[in-house]
Amino acid sequence: MMASSYNAKEEDGNPSSATVHGGAGTVKNKKPDNTAFKQQRLPAWQPILTAGTVLPAFFVIGLIFIPIGIGLFVTSNNIKEFEACLYSVYSKYSFSSLSTLQIDYTGVDLSSPCFNCSQNYIWNSTTPCTCSVPFSLDQPFESNVFMYYGLSNFYQNHRRYVKSRDDSQLNGDLSSLKNPSKECEPYRTSENKPIAPCGAIANSLFNDTLDLYYIDPNGSRTAIPLVKKGIAWWTDKHVKFRNPAGNNLTVVFQGTSKPVNWRKPVYELDPSDSDNNGFINEDFIVWMRTAALPTFRKLYRIIQKKPNNMSPTLPRGQYILDVTYNYPVRSFEGRKRMILSTISWMGGKNPFLGIAYITVGSVCFFLGIVLLIIHHKYGNRNNNADIPN
Amino acid sequence: MAREKTTETEVVKGSKEAKRQRKKTKKEYKTRTVHSNLLYYRTKAEDNPNRHYADNKIKTTKYTLLSFLPKNLFEQFHRFANVYFVFIALLNFVPVCNAFQPELALAPVVFILSVTAIKDLWEDYRRHRSDKEINHMDCLVYSRPERQYLERFWKEVRVGDFIRLRCNEILPADVLLLSSSDPDRLVHIETATLDGETNLKQRQVVRSFLDLDCEFDPSKYRSVIECEKPNNDLARFRGYITHSSGRRDGLYKDNLLLRGCTIRNTEECVGIVIYAGHETKAMLNNNGPRYKRSKLERQMNVDVGWCVIILLVMCLFSAIGHGLWMYQYGEKRPVFDVLSPEGTHMSPVLSAIYLFLTMIIVFQVLIPISLFVSIEIVKICQVYFIHQDLELYDEETDSHLQCRALNITEDLGQMQYIFSDKTGTLTENKMVFRRCTVAGVEYSHDANARRLAMYQDVVDSEEEDCPSHGGTLPRRDSVTSHQSAAKVVLRSQSTKSHRRTGSRAEAKRASILSKHTAFSSPMEKDITPDPQLLDKVNDGGSQMDFKRFHSQSLSQMPSELTDIIDFFIALTICNTVVVSSPNQPRHKVRMRFELKSPVKTIEDFIKRFTPSRLTSSSNNSSSSSLNRSSNRGCSHLLTSPSAESTLTKLDEERHPRGPGGLEQASSPVPAPPTLGTCYDGKPGSQEEVELRYEAESPDEAALVYAARAYKCSLVGRLPDQVTVEFPHLGRLSFELLHTLGFDSNRKRMSVVVRHPLTDQITVYTKGADSVIMDLITPPPTDSKGKRHRRILYKTQNYLNRYAADGLRTLCIAKKVMSKEEYAVWLRRHLEAETAIQGREDLLFESALRLETNLHLLGATGIEDRLQDGVPETIASLRKAGLQIWVLTGDKQETAINIAYACKLLDPEEEIITLNADSQDATAVLLEESLHYIQVKFLCSSSDPSRAFQNDYASVYSFSPPASSSSSQPFLVHRLGLVIDGRTLAYALDSSLEEKFLAVARSCRSVLCCRSTPLQKSMVVKLVRNKLKVMTLAIGDGANDVSMIQVADVGVGISGQEGMQAVMASDFAMPRFRNLQKLLLVHGHWCYSRLANMILYFFYKNAMFVALIFWYQFHCGFSGSAMIDQWYLIFFNLMFSAFPQLITGTLDKDVSSETLQELPQLYMNGQNSEEYKPYMFWVNMIDAFYQSLVCFFIPYFAYVDSDVDLFTWGTPITTLALLTILTHLGIETKTWTWLNWLSISFSVCLFFTVALCYNASCPSCFSPSSPYWTMQTLLGEPLFYLLCVLTPVAALMPRYFYRACQGSLFPSPVQVGRQLDQLPSDIRRNILSLSRVQAGSPLDLRPPFLSSLSFAGPFPKGCSHGVATSQNQYSFTKRPPDRLDPSLSGGVAGGLTEKKRCLDEEDQYTLASTETDTLPYTKEGPRAGTGGGSGAGTRGVTGAGSGVRLGAGDGETWTGPDDPPAPLTQDCQDVTLLDSSDLSLSSWITSTPLLGTPWLTTPLLTMPQSESIQLTLPPAGRDQSAAYRRNCDDPTPHRPPEHRPILPTEGADHAHNQATPTCPKEHSSLQTTLL
Repeated sequence: MMASSYNAKEEDGNPSSATVHGGAGTVKNKKPDNTAFKQQRLPAWQPILTAGTVLPAFFVIGLIFIPIGIGLFVTSNNIKEFEACLYSVYSKYSFSSLSTLQIDYTGVDLSSPCFNCSQNYIWNSTTPCTCSVPFSLDQPFESNVFMYYGLSNFYQNHRRYVKSRDDSQLNGDLSSLKNPSKECEPYRTSENKPIAPCGAIANSLFNDTLDLYYIDPNGSRTAIPLVKKGIAWWTDKHVKFRNPAGNNLTVVFQGTSKPVNWRKPVYELDPSDSDNNGFINEDFIVWMRTAALPTFRKLYRIIQKKPNNMSPTLPRGQYILDVTYNYPVRSFEGRKRMILSTISWMGGKNPFLGIAYITVGSVCFFLGIVLLIIHHKYGNRNNNADIPN
Repeated sequence: MAREKTTETEVVKGSKEAKRQRKKTKKEYKTRTVHSNLLYYRTKAEDNPNRHYADNKIKTTKYTLLSFLPKNLFEQFHRFANVYFVFIALLNFVPVCNAFQPELALAPVVFILSVTAIKDLWEDYRRHRSDKEINHMDCLVYSRPERQYLERFWKEVRVGDFIRLRCNEILPADVLLLSSSDPDRLVHIETATLDGETNLKQRQVVRSFLDLDCEFDPSKYRSVIECEKPNNDLARFRGYITHSSGRRDGLYKDNLLLRGCTIRNTEECVGIVIYAGHETKAMLNNNGPRYKRSKLERQMNVDVGWCVIILLVMCLFSAIGHGLWMYQYGEKRPVFDVLSPEGTHMSPVLSAIYLFLTMIIVFQVLIPISLFVSIEIVKICQVYFIHQDLELYDEETDSHLQCRALNITEDLGQMQYIFSDKTGTLTENKMVFRRCTVAGVEYSHDANARRLAMYQDVVDSEEEDCPSHGGTLPRRDSVTSHQSAAKVVLRSQSTKSHRRTGSRAEAKRASILSKHTAFSSPMEKDITPDPQLLDKVNDGGSQMDFKRFHSQSLSQMPSELTDIIDFFIALTICNTVVVSSPNQPRHKVRMRFELKSPVKTIEDFIKRFTPSRLTSSSNNSSSSSLNRSSNRGCSHLLTSPSAESTLTKLDEERHPRGPGGLEQASSPVPAPPTLGTCYDGKPGSQEEVELRYEAESPDEAALVYAARAYKCSLVGRLPDQVTVEFPHLGRLSFELLHTLGFDSNRKRMSVVVRHPLTDQITVYTKGADSVIMDLITPPPTDSKGKRHRRILYKTQNYLNRYAADGLRTLCIAKKVMSKEEYAVWLRRHLEAETAIQGREDLLFESALRLETNLHLLGATGIEDRLQDGVPETIASLRKAGLQIWVLTGDKQETAINIAYACKLLDPEEEIITLNADSQDATAVLLEESLHYIQVKFLCSSSDPSRAFQNDYASVYSFSPPASSSSSQPFLVHRLGLVIDGRTLAYALDSSLEEKFLAVARSCRSVLCCRSTPLQKSMVVKLVRNKLKVMTLAIGDGANDVSMIQVADVGVGISGQEGMQAVMASDFAMPRFRNLQKLLLVHGHWCYSRLANMILYFFYKNAMFVALIFWYQFHCGFSGSAMIDQWYLIFFNLMFSAFPQLITGTLDKDVSSETLQELPQLYMNGQNSEEYKPYMFWVNMIDAFYQSLVCFFIPYFAYVDSDVDLFTWGTPITTLALLTILTHLGIETKTWTWLNWLSISFSVCLFFTVALCYNASCPSCFSPSSPYWTMQTLLGEPLFYLLCVLTPVAALMPRYFYRACQGSLFPSPVQVGRQLDQLPSDIRRNILSLSRVQAGSPLDLRPPFLSSLSFAGPFPKGCSHGVATSQNQYSFTKRPPDRLDPSLSGGVAGGLTEKKRCLDEEDQYTLASTETDTLPYTKEGPRAGTGGGSGAGTRGVTGAGSGVRLGAGDGETWTGPDDPPAPLTQDCQDVTLLDSSDLSLSSWITSTPLLGTPWLTTPLLTMPQSESIQLTLPPAGRDQSAAYRRNCDDPTPHRPPEHRPILPTEGADHAHNQATPTCPKEHSSLQTTLL
């Protein structure tokens, strides 16, 4: 812009030459183009928001949302889910499909079978404490049953907690294995050896073991087969989490130290299945996906419906949940739950969305009616204005 | 060899001298010394004394490759926001409080900085390229070794180089002119690039080199130039040149050729470079664009401040929350509360403090980093569209509106006050000669008026295009000459083809023609002479010719005829007009008869004016033609030029021409080939070769064209002589002795010539009437003096009348000097001219000494035509609620009449005129006016409901800003205020300014006359600062620059008066009428677009940030964010950026047509209705609501599920984006394909980026590591269900509110939009309907809408009856002791008093006010109606008195030929004009332009300014004190003896009864008064 007079000079070139040639037609004209864009006359839709123009939208939304909401609500209620809450030993639990009782196996109460275990605040105590919680099912589960463990008041979404991991270590990067990211501090090294897996998330891995037994009417316990694979995201298991290269995990992890809270190193998480051991242990992977809210559940096992068997996955009757109680939550007022659930196309059981749709739809409909009244009372003039059309 | 040697010794000497000079330069740091470079070409570079000066290479770039980064960053960090964002980004590097990956957090800042940097770089590169181009232009520089001029690049030119320039070349540097091929040693330059003036300016060779007849040889140049340091004053250059002989000569600005100018009309010239490169005056005058902060931006900054506060509150809340959260766990550390990296335990307080910082980082989005960038982008786009507007393009000048300030477009939509210049802004600044009076006789030029009317008609009925316009042209019957008859026909044809606004092609042709010659549209050129005057001119010419032929003294001629001839001589020669011919417009016509330079030395004078010489030269001077160059010798190098040349001249004069010259010159055929030879070699007759006049100001040209119409045509002008062709007399050459140019202090210009016929030294002066009239010799008391007095008196009469007619008046006077007088004057004048110190002042004094005791010849009235569409524009701007003030330097009468003509003043409104000549008087007047306004309009406010039904227009107000000192709304009444410059000066005093403003702001229009540029800017500043309103100043000339700079928005008219106003302005436009579209349409659009965009920005960011805030309640206030940091950072920058840019650029709430048809919609912006402070909070609340919805719907949908943090956060991000975009959709008023495209692009961009980002790297993006999250989500139906539900739920309230608002209480803009939707014919009907409802322009709604009330800008004020009243209020005070003697024609008051006495018509206004003790004066019959009762004085309020006013005109104006009887009676009687004279005013209707308004225009405000000023005599202290005491009286009363008695009382009373609309109030008021 400093050269404004120079710009003028450049322009001056034209008139002077025009004077010399005397040509009128050669003078380049600065006239703007008469295009719709430059003259801001682009064809446009100009909606005017008045009661009359808007009310159809409200009615339409209302009419669409209410059926959707009803549909969702029904779907959600077909999902069987209950939280096996074992806080009272003397009760026989029979859950109707809608009951969601907030009871858990944390063992807060003295009467709880796990009360004794819950008194243990030590993370890596070597002596496992077990407790058994009996319950009964009034209705059978017909399809696949998903077994969750639920934690409450556990802030897995704490900022420093969320950051405290090293994804490249978990991805099998050898250099990160030996030299974890600084983000893992203070769970980066232990006894001058790098921790594998490092970080607070891994350190606080949920380590209760839950086993489910069906009590036959004759009193014998039948273990329910719990599938421990397929509970993590496929991409996590196969892409994101990888063991460091090497055939023998023990060798690979040599020179690293287990997380301080762990009882056994990472390569012994599931010694029975090499595909589920080390970093690609699915329980571990599930835990590493930090929960969004302080009350959360995580998929623990899947009880698969037996193929070509018409009998329900979990028949009606008495069950016993055997808990190896390792995970202390009492220190932060936490709760532990076990949840059994089937899921539908829209996920787990949650009637909220259906209710929300119904509510919003209804409100829209109601507002539509209000607008209709407004339109009738006050919009007449506008109508008249439109009539000359 | 010998020569070489001498040169070398000289070099040594030169360098020694140079050293000395250098020392001297160091000592007195104020000068620059320039030597010839040629002297030093062999010596080492460091010996060259010029080496310190800047070379001619220009570099306008700001940066170099190396300095770019630091310098640019430094500049960018001047913006506070940038510093803030960088601070936040750096905060991320602190481990304890980092929220994001530090590198990522830098991204937005880096992005913003680099976008700006790239923009700067690009601009800089463009500058670099243009610099390079300019630097590599060629010019001829003298080279010592080659001994000739060689082509060099501009950048190689150095100070001290000799440059040869040819015609049409551009000057590469500031060059001192040393030689010119022009025989007069002149160079013509065009300075359009510097000041935009297209006329040619003459520059003269340095005096010492004037008579250098052979070609200039640079190698012989030895002189040293000492001159000023480089400065930016284009109009000043001083210095002197010291020759090797020791002689010194002064150097003036006339010797300097400025860089950037173009050489015209001159084959070749040579000069030495004085200033080069950046030190040239042109470069020093370059300043960059201005940075202004718009009102909207200021308001926005306030809200940014609020955002900061909200941010801090949120951070503080989170920090405290975190502290408490930590505290509840006590010593038991939960497993998820990670220890600090050192493994230590942080106390809750410490972590709360750290968290506070972290939250600032997380919430930084609340302060929209992209807002500033987006606003800039949008503004640039808006500027682009304004540029592209066809309606703002002027075909005639091929120019469109330029936006010079890029960042205040939205201010255009918020203007409240417009301050306009008059001349050239409201008017065309195309001066058309209208009428004149010579020797007391008026020549009305009716035919000319008809001709002009025809132009007007052509303009008006452009489309009908009747072909026979030429036929209606008046023909002059009295002219017998065949030629002139032919001329008339020719002229009529030319007028036909050059109509100003004819078809496009014609307009174009006209514009091309007018490009060649400034100020010469056919309208200005073709003047139809008044037959009577033409006869007299012919008569005078032939008589003179006869007398001359018979060697009789001219003094025996009738004095009227000599006056007439002198009058035309003055018109022709008293100017600086340059003559050129049309074929080669830039080549002046040469009519050289003899060489004579203006008298420059005393010897010159003696030689020229010795008696012997006088006798001989009387024969020669008129017509000796010589070709000087034939016998020019090369011998005059650096000898004392003047004396010798004069001698040579004398020789030349005597030899070739004998006494026969006279006969030749005076022969009836005036153009023998030798004389008529034009420079271009076409000897054709004068009729064919039409001469073109190039004048510095258009009125000069108008006068010359006028004289030409009387066949007194200027045919040639040289520095020393002017050649004029007269009827019968033929060509006469006036020896031009001096030209004392026009200056605004003297307000006049003069030329001193030797009259070729009488051989007397004659001074012709032309100037403003007020000045000239004071300089006229008081006529003696004898019979001759009586005649003179009569003439004076009549002329003054006519002058007043011209002024009343809106004409610019000029007085022409002459003075004959005796040789002795002249010699005395000349001696001192020469001293002044040669003085180096204080030359300007001395010359000014010298001019004052000369211009005394003048003899009045006559006066001219020049019309400055209104520009097209000015009244309409003003009317529509006023409807838009803008207050328009006109600040003009013109005299009051002219200004008022132009104001009426352009509908600034309405005949129906009352006018308060303030003229006072002392501080006290001004104070009293202001007090009175204020009181008057209050009393008058108080009555109406007592009945608001009724007033409300009255038209809005009469009383609209602007709501005063809260910060304003007075909180009650000020009503704007139907009042006009006229104030003159002197009173204004007092009123602007700090003690009175409040009062002045209080009066002025209640008036609908304000007219400040005779105001200086400084006053203009003071007024603007005052209004701007005190009233806290948005001001716009528009002007076209240099005198408007200060005003333009002071105002919030300065608009320059790129008219005819140069580019200074444009250079200072923010917007430059071709015509005044463009203002309408610029403000009403573009201003409105820009404002509403930007306001909506800013609000949207705040909403958007708050909404987004609040999502994270809600999350803090669920993550232990740990500063965690569920939204991936990438989304968080790029959300503003990328995902949601484009749609709002498109909307901000293209959204139109109302169409351009409707906006122009309903100017009332502009008030939307004036009242800041799109962006009121509460709207920010409404938007914030809406944002928080929407974010609650967007947060909690996913929350409840996912509560107690196995969802992980980012798989839950990603849907929330998506929902927020969709909600935000849909919100924009609701706010978008116009959907073009671009809006659709941008919104879909944004959505697509988000998903594309998310998908790519989530698929790119499984382990890179810690901590979120969102691998495959989006992909997984897209496979879940829940995600889609949320995407449908959430935006609907979030936006439902806003949508509902908008719908209700649109139905229940639509804003005017919404009504406008509804009108937009109607088909065009219906709309037109409705609009015309609303317009027909006269007096209620604001009731724009069609009847069916009328019950909807216009939301608010109109207060419950009222006015009634005012609309119909036509009263004039003149607040003028004159102490009777002063007045009476003047009326009785006594001599006591001196000349001015006498003059006052002569213009008898002015007394009528003032008279009644003479001893008026009322706070305001009701002039006219109503005052008398009530007899002694106060009721009468008050009862006038609503009454129209147009009849009486018209009568006033009539009487005043009919009297020119027989002056009314001397006014010895009491003045008041004069006011009681008989209304039967009404018919006499009808002549006014014949003036085409002012026809209609004149019928009702109160001319009573047209008294001479002197006479209406309140002249409180210094001795009259007690008088004024008493006066004030009266004012303070709560119930003012009027002594009965002063009440005028009205003859037409009854009739007017009846009239009065018929009109009042508020009788009740009147009566109530009366009682209070009684």
